[in-house]
Amino acid sequence: MRYKFKKIILLVLMHTFLILVAISCIFPFIWMINSSLKPNSEFLSDYGFKLPHKIMWKNYYIAFYEGKLGIYFLNSLIYTFISVIGIVLVASLAGYSLSRLQFRGKNFIFHLFLAAMMIPIPAGFVPLYVLLKAVGLLNTRIGYCLAMINVGLSLSIYLYKTFFDNLPRDLEDAARIDGCNRLRIWWHVVLPLAKPATAVVVIFNALNVWNEFVLALVIFSNRNLMPLQVGLKNFASSPVGLTNYTALLAGLTIASLPIIIIYLIMQKHIIKGITAGALVG
Amino acid sequence: MRYSLKEEIKNFSFVLPALSIFFFFYVIPFIYTFFLALHQGSGLSSLKFVGLANFRRLLSPQGTAIIAIFIGGILIVFPFWLRGKIKNRFLKIVKAVSIIAGVICIIYGIKELKEALSSGWMIDKEWWASVGRSFYITLWALTFQNLLAFTLALCVDKAIRTGQIYRAIFFLLPVISEIIFGLLIRSLLLPYPGVLAHFLKRWGLENLVRDWLNDPRYALTTLAFVHCWRGFGWGFVILLAGLQTIPQTLYEAARIDGAGAWQRFTKITFPLMLPVIVLVVILTILGTVQVIGLPMVLTRGGPAGKTTVSVLRIYNDLKNYHAGYASCEGIVLGIILITLSFILLKISNRIKKT
Repeated sequence: MRYKFKKIILLVLMHTFLILVAISCIFPFIWMINSSLKPNSEFLSDYGFKLPHKIMWKNYYIAFYEGKLGIYFLNSLIYTFISVIGIVLVASLAGYSLSRLQFRGKNFIFHLFLAAMMIPIPAGFVPLYVLLKAVGLLNTRIGYCLAMINVGLSLSIYLYKTFFDNLPRDLEDAARIDGCNRLRIWWHVVLPLAKPATAVVVIFNALNVWNEFVLALVIFSNRNLMPLQVGLKNFASSPVGLTNYTALLAGLTIASLPIIIIYLIMQKHIIKGITAGALVG
Repeated sequence: MRYSLKEEIKNFSFVLPALSIFFFFYVIPFIYTFFLALHQGSGLSSLKFVGLANFRRLLSPQGTAIIAIFIGGILIVFPFWLRGKIKNRFLKIVKAVSIIAGVICIIYGIKELKEALSSGWMIDKEWWASVGRSFYITLWALTFQNLLAFTLALCVDKAIRTGQIYRAIFFLLPVISEIIFGLLIRSLLLPYPGVLAHFLKRWGLENLVRDWLNDPRYALTTLAFVHCWRGFGWGFVILLAGLQTIPQTLYEAARIDGAGAWQRFTKITFPLMLPVIVLVVILTILGTVQVIGLPMVLTRGGPAGKTTVSVLRIYNDLKNYHAGYASCEGIVLGIILITLSFILLKISNRIKKT
């Protein structure tokens, strides 16, 4: 009886602790959405803790057009889309050949990619900036996308290679006997089989590119090309963002709500994908 | 089975796209960092060769000499450590280059040390202060953030049914970018309109109210705290995944043998979790030292440069047209990080064996 009582107390304490931490994680976002729907004057008088009297969509209008968040959002979408597709194509090709095909220096190349994953370069953006400037890729979409493809490459190649190493060869052999060449085997047989690995690669890299900040900050000085993260930083330090709190919060809502929704829908896959990625790296 | 040269080239063409991107965006910049560190200026056209002057300014002449000897030693030992671990025909060249480079480094270091011993130490105090700030945040992340993550993981591991929901909630913050989170917390903490301050006052906690972001005494701790807040989900998810791989039968066997909860934790959970803990520690260090977005939007490096962490300083140097000095700082920070994670891995391997 006493044992059971002690256990219940422990359980209650544990759950109170968990719930408190959980509230601390969710509360800022609820406050953000609630405040973003108010006029600035109402926000300044009640600090965003009460529900809005009259819903003010104009904040979103200001953030979207005056803060240019619409353009930034579109840019982020473009960069994420292109980079992730690039990573999947390039990394699956490389992972496939490193796992199945024979050529000289194969192991060396694989170890090169592995080494790149292990060695942290805290200031990798410095030489990249100087080099891109010299080549003329600074302030271009293609320069940023290629740089982001490179960021995700090593890990993705590793994931693909280990996946192919554990995949039986039968289907590929059958395709080869039927007269497929390497490229067609890769496109028609290997890529469809590699869907689980591709899912991890896509999730991990999409989040990575979407949230990337430093490289974008260094590469872009043209406001029409900037992705969302850099754009938000600019909006926050612009006259509108500094004085109109609710418009800034509306901007933050625009930027974070899609991610939150996608996350809530695909939460299991995202956590699985990201832990798989992190455990390798 | 030997393949003809034509086949091999065809096979090789599959890695070519990856290899060329990797080459232009990783290998060349990597080598170029060392080239840049020996120069002054900002762009390719305006570079001026200054030798090791950047390093001397950063580490003082004596420091440069000692580091040179240290790196030389590592480069000489490296091939012997590598022996038998990787088999590759390129290895001989790598070994030879490594030993020769090591000898050159040591000779240079001794020569430099002889010349510099008479003068005083002149390190770049601003830079080392920024490194100190980075490691102050890292210390917070290692203790507060990881303890929180581990405690939460232990709690959730017991509560299996509700665990999924908690896991989804805790991992929300790492999914949100540090820019969005930083700006959001900034608008909560700013002295005007003072949302959190108002909240605390209403709850009768007035003496907790501070100017968190603009007071030089608290700004860095605030930054560290916000970083931990956002980051604990990472450690939590990895630690939880580790905890769930421990077979329940071990606990049952221990319980039958009469082990208490504390004993079960120290004798089963902790030893089995050690590799995962070391992984989380390394990831925390690497992630926290390289943080730049959060200080940039939360405190903007201020007040009075009190939250200018190391990578932010490198960025500022780059923007002030000191690309050479910036890459020099990057190299030093990179060496510190690699050494740290290497030592941690060694320690964990040593513990694993005993």
